[in-house]
Amino acid sequence: MARRIQIWNKLDWLTILLYVIIVVAGWLNIYSAVYDEMHSNIFDLSQRYGKQIMWIGFSTVLAFFILLIDSKFYVSFSHVIYIIFIILLIAVLFFGREINGSKSWLMIGSFAIQPAEFAKLGTALVLAKTVSSYNFSFKNMLKLVQLVLLILLPVGLIFMQNDTGSALVFFVFIIPLFREGLSGLILFFILLVSVLFILTLVLPPLSLLIIVISLALFANLIIRKRLRDFLYIVGVFLVSAFFVWLFTYLFVDGETDFYYLLLRTSVGASLVLLIISLIKRIPQAALVVSLFVVSVALTFSVDFVFDNVLESHQQARINNFLGIESDPLGAGYNVNQSKIAIGSGGLTGKGFLQGTQTKYDFVPEQSTDFIFCTVGEEWGFAGTSFVILIFLTLLIRLIRLAERQRSVFSRVFGYSVASVIFFHFAINIGMTIGLAPVIGIPLPFFSYGGSSLWFFTALLFVFLKLDASRLEQLH
Amino acid sequence: MDSYSKRKNIIILIFLLTGGIFLVHLFVLQVIDTTYKKTATNNILREVVDFPLRGLIYDRNGRLMVYNQAAYDLHATPREIDQFDTTLLCSILNIEKQYLEDALKKAKRYSRYKSSIVVKQISPERYALLQEKMYKFPGFYVQPRTLRKYNYDVAGHVVGYVGEVDPETVNSEAYYKAGDYFGVTGIERTYEKYLRGEKGASFYLVDVHNRVKGSYNQGKMDVTPVKGSDLVITLDTDLQQYGEMLMQNKRGSIVAIEPSSGEILMMVSSPGYKPSAMVGRMRSVSYPMLAADTLLPMYNRAVRALYPPGSTFKMMNALIGLQDKVITPRTKFRCNHGYHVGSFSMGCHHDMDFQLVSSIAQSCNAYYAYTFRYILESPKYKDVKEGYESWRNYVMSFGFSKRIAPEVNDELPGFIPPSDYYQRRVFPYSRWRALPIISLSIGQGEIQTTPLQMANYTAAIANKGYYYTPHFLKNIIGLDKGVVEVVRHQTLIDSIYFEKIFEGMAQVMSEKHMGTARASYVPGIEICGKTGTAENPHGADHSIFVAFAPQNNPKIAIAVYVENAKWGSTFAAPITTLIIEKYLNGSIQESREYIEKNMMEANLLFPDKPNYQIFD
Repeated sequence: MARRIQIWNKLDWLTILLYVIIVVAGWLNIYSAVYDEMHSNIFDLSQRYGKQIMWIGFSTVLAFFILLIDSKFYVSFSHVIYIIFIILLIAVLFFGREINGSKSWLMIGSFAIQPAEFAKLGTALVLAKTVSSYNFSFKNMLKLVQLVLLILLPVGLIFMQNDTGSALVFFVFIIPLFREGLSGLILFFILLVSVLFILTLVLPPLSLLIIVISLALFANLIIRKRLRDFLYIVGVFLVSAFFVWLFTYLFVDGETDFYYLLLRTSVGASLVLLIISLIKRIPQAALVVSLFVVSVALTFSVDFVFDNVLESHQQARINNFLGIESDPLGAGYNVNQSKIAIGSGGLTGKGFLQGTQTKYDFVPEQSTDFIFCTVGEEWGFAGTSFVILIFLTLLIRLIRLAERQRSVFSRVFGYSVASVIFFHFAINIGMTIGLAPVIGIPLPFFSYGGSSLWFFTALLFVFLKLDASRLEQLH
Repeated sequence: MDSYSKRKNIIILIFLLTGGIFLVHLFVLQVIDTTYKKTATNNILREVVDFPLRGLIYDRNGRLMVYNQAAYDLHATPREIDQFDTTLLCSILNIEKQYLEDALKKAKRYSRYKSSIVVKQISPERYALLQEKMYKFPGFYVQPRTLRKYNYDVAGHVVGYVGEVDPETVNSEAYYKAGDYFGVTGIERTYEKYLRGEKGASFYLVDVHNRVKGSYNQGKMDVTPVKGSDLVITLDTDLQQYGEMLMQNKRGSIVAIEPSSGEILMMVSSPGYKPSAMVGRMRSVSYPMLAADTLLPMYNRAVRALYPPGSTFKMMNALIGLQDKVITPRTKFRCNHGYHVGSFSMGCHHDMDFQLVSSIAQSCNAYYAYTFRYILESPKYKDVKEGYESWRNYVMSFGFSKRIAPEVNDELPGFIPPSDYYQRRVFPYSRWRALPIISLSIGQGEIQTTPLQMANYTAAIANKGYYYTPHFLKNIIGLDKGVVEVVRHQTLIDSIYFEKIFEGMAQVMSEKHMGTARASYVPGIEICGKTGTAENPHGADHSIFVAFAPQNNPKIAIAVYVENAKWGSTFAAPITTLIIEKYLNGSIQESREYIEKNMMEANLLFPDKPNYQIFD
């Protein structure tokens, strides 16, 4: 008993308070989103709000159990937990039920659970275990490959379930790895790829090329901090331009397209600069030039990937997100209605249960993926900023907790928890206000659904347990 | 501590940056940008227009002339249309499948979310059938409308018709939306603002499938429609109907006015059209037919046809002569088969002396040639031009050469030439003289007047020197003051000069005095009349008759034009006296029934096709 009391004392109650606030706020908004005058009792088990309170009850029990289990269990059994969830992911492929086009639900009796959610927990544990293992180093290629495979295995299985949204979440594990020393370039490179991917689809090729060239020149100027180099590059560029033009003029028939002229010039100039920088041993310059070449290559491959790899509904969603096709009744209908609902809330909102856009089904999935619309419509900017601030407080609190861990395992796991919550938070809210593509992932602790709530509760409380026991173990 | 601990700041920065972007974006979306609020309202509110009942129209005797019948418009919202049985819908509505498909295509082009009218003016009978099956047609709904219906299918030109509002009006007046109805012509147009009432609106909350979820804001924003005001107009439906029957198969018009008030008792333009021909879907059939008819049934002759007044104008010159004191009732002029000055000659039928009274009774041209010349050459005036200008002022004081009925939108003003007209055309190089314009003395020449103006002129004579603004509106029920401004217009002739004119006009009907319309004498009614013939360069002359009765207390003043009927006494006079008799006595005496029969059966349009109807 003495030990148990110790645990309660050591728990981070601020995090639990934030958790309770978000869960209760979510429940009230689910009530409002699917409110039905015939079933006005918030505990009515035939309705989603009644079920949600049941899920909340189960979550509380789950949290208790997690806190009761010795923290060493999570460390020791992380591989086992990971493997169990991988098996479940495989099982889903065979026995799963298809809902909304993705075969990601496993029926256990009358309960439907989504193993993809729990796979994140397993992956977080196994990553923490691997990174915290003796003599782990990011410079060790074997370890790095092992790490990548551990992440890619569930990602691949979830892709096979046709649940792109959940699969994408796994890329957020870059953040805890970055914290542990993974090269910043990879983070930067991923950001660059995403930005270029979007820009390629949005902008005409010529303006994109001009932007990429300007960025490369600018990056060089920043890194080298010497105007002479900058002028030197511009000189090389102009000379290349002249030769490319001359060549085109002499040997190529027909009209010379400015875009191709610029493209050839820039590639030619880059090669010249790359050779010069290698000879002169200026590695930073070589890096910038390489990045430039890669960027240009990427802009070409994006079109290829977009046209040949993505499925039509994914293309439509991405196109719509980027504002390429404006069809308010097609793929953009949901986001448009979602923005209308949130935008109509004003400063203080229409009041509890007074929302019309969500209640009358203009907004799709109003209790799950688009629950934030109800907040926006009924509570206005006051409500949305409150939710965002609560989430930011929780995230920063989690980083604080992670940083105070003595074991690498706990710290990596803490960062993983914060990162997964962050990714869900960023994409879910981002998509409701048109800042992120519509990937159907729920708002942590907030959206309706047992699987999602249990998973996030488990994720959070495993970390809280680790935190509470941080002084006992030293890994 | 590990060497990468500073990286936590980068991660926190990413978190805060994301949250910050969200907050700024949400602030713009929710607080600054207001367009989303409007869109949200449009999303959930369905405004259903409640069309008011259009005001009714009663005649001067309180008889209901124009009222409303129900009709139903079928609307569709393309986005909500699901699979439905087109054949069934077409058979219920009795329309071609192609028509429905075209209408739906058009609706889709207009908007996928907003409803548009697919089939207009469904009859109550078909609506009853449709209503039972309505559940089979998702995306469609029916809106009740009203169409006009006529108890007395007369006076199409006066009452006018109601039709769909034109795009210009939709743009210029906020009240109207495309597809609304409004008065296009006649009374319906003039009193549109009173007849239409005020549209109401009900606001409903709808869900994404456009299903009604209840009234919005407890119906506080709903507006109940206000029924249009009922009008009482001055027409006498019996008289109007009688006039239209007498004028069938003839071209011409009749205008009758109550002199003591200026109220227009009847206005016939023949050939005309029945107002019921212009109702709803009928109009799409009738209108092209009427518009293409060479007899111009759409043309309101009563206010737009311009004729010279002919001999009916002689009273005018007599009155001016008396007022200017260039003649007295005893002044005698010799008619020697006309009026002859040097080589100039104006023909007449007599060989005797005329005084004022007999000159009217027998319509002597020579008498008026003298009178007109004396007026223009009177020593009162500096020269003939000034004399003419004074003469014109007298004439215009009787309501000529200007629009006199403010309610009539398309009235023409007619023409009494201003002095510069003659200055330019007749006297460009010479002094003004009376002789070149002497035809004005007998109402021929350049003068152009409308039948309405002639009736009004007769009313002014009957009133001994004044007339009231001719008008159609008696009152708007529920409105205290009159809308049309009825003004007493004083002519420039003193009332004492009218006594002898009355006497002359009474003798026109007299056998004893060889009156020109003695054949149309009505025993028991003292009618004062005057025949006229309007010269017509295109064919046979037009027959004109103006009259008022009874002589000592005029209740009706009337002008009748029958085109190409030669003399005033042949058609215009009998028709006039029949109308007066009908109006004053309520029926035609037995001894005159044959005249009634002759007039009704006479076919001046197609003598070989006796059964031609005005329009049916």
